[in-house]
Amino acid sequence: MLEIKNLRVKLEEEDKEILKGVDLTVEAGKVHAIMGPNGSGKSTLSYVLSGKGGYEVTEGSATLDGVDLLEMEPEERAAEGLFLAFQYPVEIPGVGNMTFLRTAVNAQRKARGEDEMSAGEFLKVIREKAKTLKIDADMLKRPVNTGFSGGEKKRNEILQMAMLEPKMCILDETDSGLDVDAMKLVSEGVNALRDAGRGFLVITHYQRLLDHIKPDVVHIMANGRIVKSGGPELALEVEHNGYADILAEVA
Amino acid sequence: MALPQAKLDATEARLAALTPLAGGAWLTAAQDQAVARLRAMGLPGRRDEYWRYTRPDRLISVEPTPASVFKAKDETPIFDAFDAIKLVFVDGVFSPDLSDQPAVDGLEIERLSDAGAKDIHWAKDLYGVLEARGQNPVERPLAALNTAYAQDGFLIRATGKVSKPVRMIYLHESTTSDAILHHVIKVEEGADLTVIENGPAAARFNKVMEVDVADTGAFHHIRAQGRDHERQAATHIFARLGRESLFKSFTLTANGVLTRNEVVIELTGDDASAHVAGCALGDGDFLHDDTVFITHDAVNCESRQVFKKVLRNGATGVFQGKILVKQGAQKTDGYQISQSLLLDDDAQFLAKPELEIYADDVACSHGSTSGALDETALFYLRSRGVPVKQATDMLTLAFLAEAIEEIADEAIADEIHDRLAAWLQRRRG
Ligand SMILES: Nc1ncnc2c1ncn2[C@@H]1O[C@H](COP(=O)(O)OP(=O)(O)OP(=O)(O)O)[C@@H](O)[C@H]1O
Ligand SMILES: [Mg+2]
Repeated sequence: MLEIKNLRVKLEEEDKEILKGVDLTVEAGKVHAIMGPNGSGKSTLSYVLSGKGGYEVTEGSATLDGVDLLEMEPEERAAEGLFLAFQYPVEIPGVGNMTFLRTAVNAQRKARGEDEMSAGEFLKVIREKAKTLKIDADMLKRPVNTGFSGGEKKRNEILQMAMLEPKMCILDETDSGLDVDAMKLVSEGVNALRDAGRGFLVITHYQRLLDHIKPDVVHIMANGRIVKSGGPELALEVEHNGYADILAEVA
Repeated sequence: MALPQAKLDATEARLAALTPLAGGAWLTAAQDQAVARLRAMGLPGRRDEYWRYTRPDRLISVEPTPASVFKAKDETPIFDAFDAIKLVFVDGVFSPDLSDQPAVDGLEIERLSDAGAKDIHWAKDLYGVLEARGQNPVERPLAALNTAYAQDGFLIRATGKVSKPVRMIYLHESTTSDAILHHVIKVEEGADLTVIENGPAAARFNKVMEVDVADTGAFHHIRAQGRDHERQAATHIFARLGRESLFKSFTLTANGVLTRNEVVIELTGDDASAHVAGCALGDGDFLHDDTVFITHDAVNCESRQVFKKVLRNGATGVFQGKILVKQGAQKTDGYQISQSLLLDDDAQFLAKPELEIYADDVACSHGSTSGALDETALFYLRSRGVPVKQATDMLTLAFLAEAIEEIADEAIADEIHDRLAAWLQRRRG
């Protein structure tokens, strides 16, 4: 589903290489996790895949079901089915959460040549999904993420994911800032979306999230590269011993 | 102090080309006093501090710079959906044929030329009086010129809760028209009135509106200045607010080569509220100037100034806003924000926010910013599938939202929002 080959990325403004040849394939129906020290390039990878400006791809490729992602505008990638739950969701004062989501859902439908969702239908679906994530009506009406607590922002990201039904979901530290109950809610939200046609790339620092969202493969990213891949046991190893051993082993 | 010769000459040349509206004793006296005021200060010049950012040349010239007439295609005129008492002016001249017969409870409307012919009138205590008060500490010569030479206008008195808004429609038909209108509005104790204005009025438009809101009265003002690209306008609102009264004014300006809107408000009774807001959208050869002066001269009053501008392609925005809190005006709550969204590098915003406070127990804040769209927010929207143009519009409207929220009537606020959205959509092609 998602295929990244030898992806090298530098900053547009500076001569600083951040991704130094990333190779990664996420198959449909699978959950891959990425762990790695701070600053290793995990968020950068997620941004480059979703089309954020400021980065320059110098080598390599990234495709979603064979379609070249890197040539597309961010909105086109979204319509292709790529979704990024942000590490730091953005506050947008003046834009209502509900209006925003309806615009997004219908823009994607339009881009794919599908019929738009009616206001009534949208309302029905969003209410239902918001309820399972314990997002109340007030939060739906408020401006996007504005004044939301850290945990509320993360739940709002998952709500967006649930509404947009992407085929490739990237979650960047969605667990950070969540209390124990919210972590369960969010995980349930993610697990509810797991199916044979959908892939997940879950970036996290903690094993705890992976207790709820069981990964098929765990990757370790360090210094702009995937340095080790393995099964769920790799996450446990990191949890117990930190990165020192793994980094020493691959060095 | 003697005026510079150039200023004297410009003033006299302009005066020579004008004839005051004929009227009875009270109107003539008001006109004479206004001419004397004007002669003492002279018309604004390029070197005047108050005109540092906006060149007054085209507002003071003897002949107006011609302005072509803009005809919107397939578009319902703004505010047409609302039931209102319509008063229509064509190039600054009232047209009874195009207008409604005002017969509504709690409302008296008289044309300035009719009222002016009478020997005595309630407007005697207001016409030119609020304008004269507003000349201090900053001179506003174009307003004095207006009092002296207004050719038309209405004297409107609300004595109760008026069920429909009064709507003044200013049509522009002649490319060389030069309109001077003067309205006086008196909202009596406990009365409630909404005045809507729309249209360019003329190639050049000079308008004064004096508003006296008595204790516990409420006045709402909504205006949309015409879209004609070449039109020029200098407008003034002078308002005096009594105890527990409310004054709310919102202005939408899209296009127009030159607009100077001055609002001068005096809060003279305790617990009064004054809100002035505006959205201005400009493209290319566009200059929009909001100049506001709010004086707090009573206890526990609140004032808000919320001005937002969207500028692109060389357009210029100006904001001069002042809150003056007089001695004894304790518990004043003053808020002022002026912001411009610069959609490209050519646009510019010039702002001069000022606070002058002589009381110790007050809460005043002001802020002025200008900048481009927030790239992070734009990416966030796009990453959810919203196309870049639509995302840009969403963020632009979000930027304007705080000003639109100042409109009390939701239906009118929606209409303004839709017009703004349509303008943005047309621009982005
Ligand atoms: N726009 C930028 N300007 C300067 N440096 C950048 C920029 N984007 C990323 N970097 C740098 O690239 C490196 C990788 O950052 P990135 O955010 O991808 O790390 P991360 O693996 O997500 O870290 P964390 O676990 O702390 O979230 C860091 O050293 C960061 O400072
Ligand atoms: Mg990160």
